[in-house]
Amino acid sequence: MSNIPDDLMYTDSHEWVRDEGDNTATIGITDHAQDLLGDLVYVEMPDVGDNLDAGAEAGVLESVKAASDYYSPLSGEVIEVNEDLNDSPETINEQPYDAGWLYKIRMTDAGELDNLLNAEGYAAVVEADDH
Amino acid sequence: MKKTVLNAEHRNLGARMVPFGDWDMPVNYGSQIEEHHAVRNKAGMFDVSHMQAVDLRGAKVREFLRHLLANDVQKLQNSGKALYSCMLNELGGVIDDLIVYFMTEDWFRMVVNAGTAEKDIAWMTKQAAEFDIDINVRDDLAMIAVQGPEARQMALPLLSDELSSAAAQLKIFSAASSGDWFVGRTGYTGEDGFEVLMPKDQAADFWNKLLNAGVQPCGLGARDTLRLEAGMNLYGSDMDEQVSPLEAGLKWTLALEPAERNFIGRQALENKLAEGNLKKFVGLILQGRGVLRDHQQLFINDRQVGEITSGGFSPTLNKAIAFARIEADVDSDLSVDIRGKKLPVDIVKLPFARNGKALY
Repeated sequence: MSNIPDDLMYTDSHEWVRDEGDNTATIGITDHAQDLLGDLVYVEMPDVGDNLDAGAEAGVLESVKAASDYYSPLSGEVIEVNEDLNDSPETINEQPYDAGWLYKIRMTDAGELDNLLNAEGYAAVVEADDH
Repeated sequence: MKKTVLNAEHRNLGARMVPFGDWDMPVNYGSQIEEHHAVRNKAGMFDVSHMQAVDLRGAKVREFLRHLLANDVQKLQNSGKALYSCMLNELGGVIDDLIVYFMTEDWFRMVVNAGTAEKDIAWMTKQAAEFDIDINVRDDLAMIAVQGPEARQMALPLLSDELSSAAAQLKIFSAASSGDWFVGRTGYTGEDGFEVLMPKDQAADFWNKLLNAGVQPCGLGARDTLRLEAGMNLYGSDMDEQVSPLEAGLKWTLALEPAERNFIGRQALENKLAEGNLKKFVGLILQGRGVLRDHQQLFINDRQVGEITSGGFSPTLNKAIAFARIEADVDSDLSVDIRGKKLPVDIVKLPFARNGKALY
């Protein structure tokens, strides 16, 4: 049973977004994604200062099972990355929505939030994935 | 898909199930890295009921096996003693790798891989024609491997008195049996422990007793990282019918003496040894960040010199490790192509870990 918090928004490539209310957003991968990947061993994150476009590759997640690219749900400038993941990538498996966040972005177009899925919409994606 | 008799136990424990060949098997019960550490530090258990036990009975079993197998069962003189061997085709390619146990002069038991069992049995049956052997495929048995420094002490009290007493005396690579129960002091993890065969209808009970005793259930994910660290080959990845033991790091399992023992594939091996220029089978460690994976290509500058046969992440070393088959003249300056980038890798002797500790 995958955990899908109501107060977040999602992509169908299994990233979550938390709108921080100050034109910045925090981004990570979902519980369903970490479960599919298995134990994470290395996380490549974007650099602070990078400008990402929505849909562009933001980094790579290496698990025991496979290497997986992850994509930026939003366009903007990367203002912070989760350095703790360098030493403890397993935090993503343990707390995908809290301590396992990947990076924070200053949005260039808050309208892009409307393109994201809500919890219900994402639950449907997970449901389709599991069958 | 085929299910072992413990399928419901795995699902009840919340295992992530995956197809392994034809079988519905647990890949982990949460974290394969935690399961790996449990085996290195304490005790873990694996449902290996998909593997196949085959009993060979008859007056000529020993003679037959000395013809069938590349290692020599003549080494087995004490009841219960086991031997790891390849079974070759006429071209010296590996049909399977297996363990054979000498129980009595007219009873030897083999345990073969799940994915190759059908092929193996057909081959053995054909080869056994003139030897008058009874081949009994033990589909009535399940198998649980309990592995780790505390595995034996945790498992012994859960066996019957008679079996427990015999199992407690077992030397490494030996087995004891009592009725349809069978305990081998063998394993695929590089740790001490037992592989226990039992009638299928008693498997769930034994599994749950081990669980209640505190043994960690472990899936195929941990099984793979453990055997990789221990330098143990995986059939289908490290060797197959196109590869001889000579190029899979298994020369030590070939008994070419006595010269008169004409085992299947012997001539082909001798030809290969005479021709020389065999590839070598080595260990690799990636010092930087990243994971080594099967089939990644290996280079010296732009010259492709080999390929990874088995790769993964080593929880004990906290680095990526792999087995690779490379040109004989390659000693250093090796790099691996990981998703388009060439990264340097170190060539090392196997294994990567011993007695629960990293060797590098």
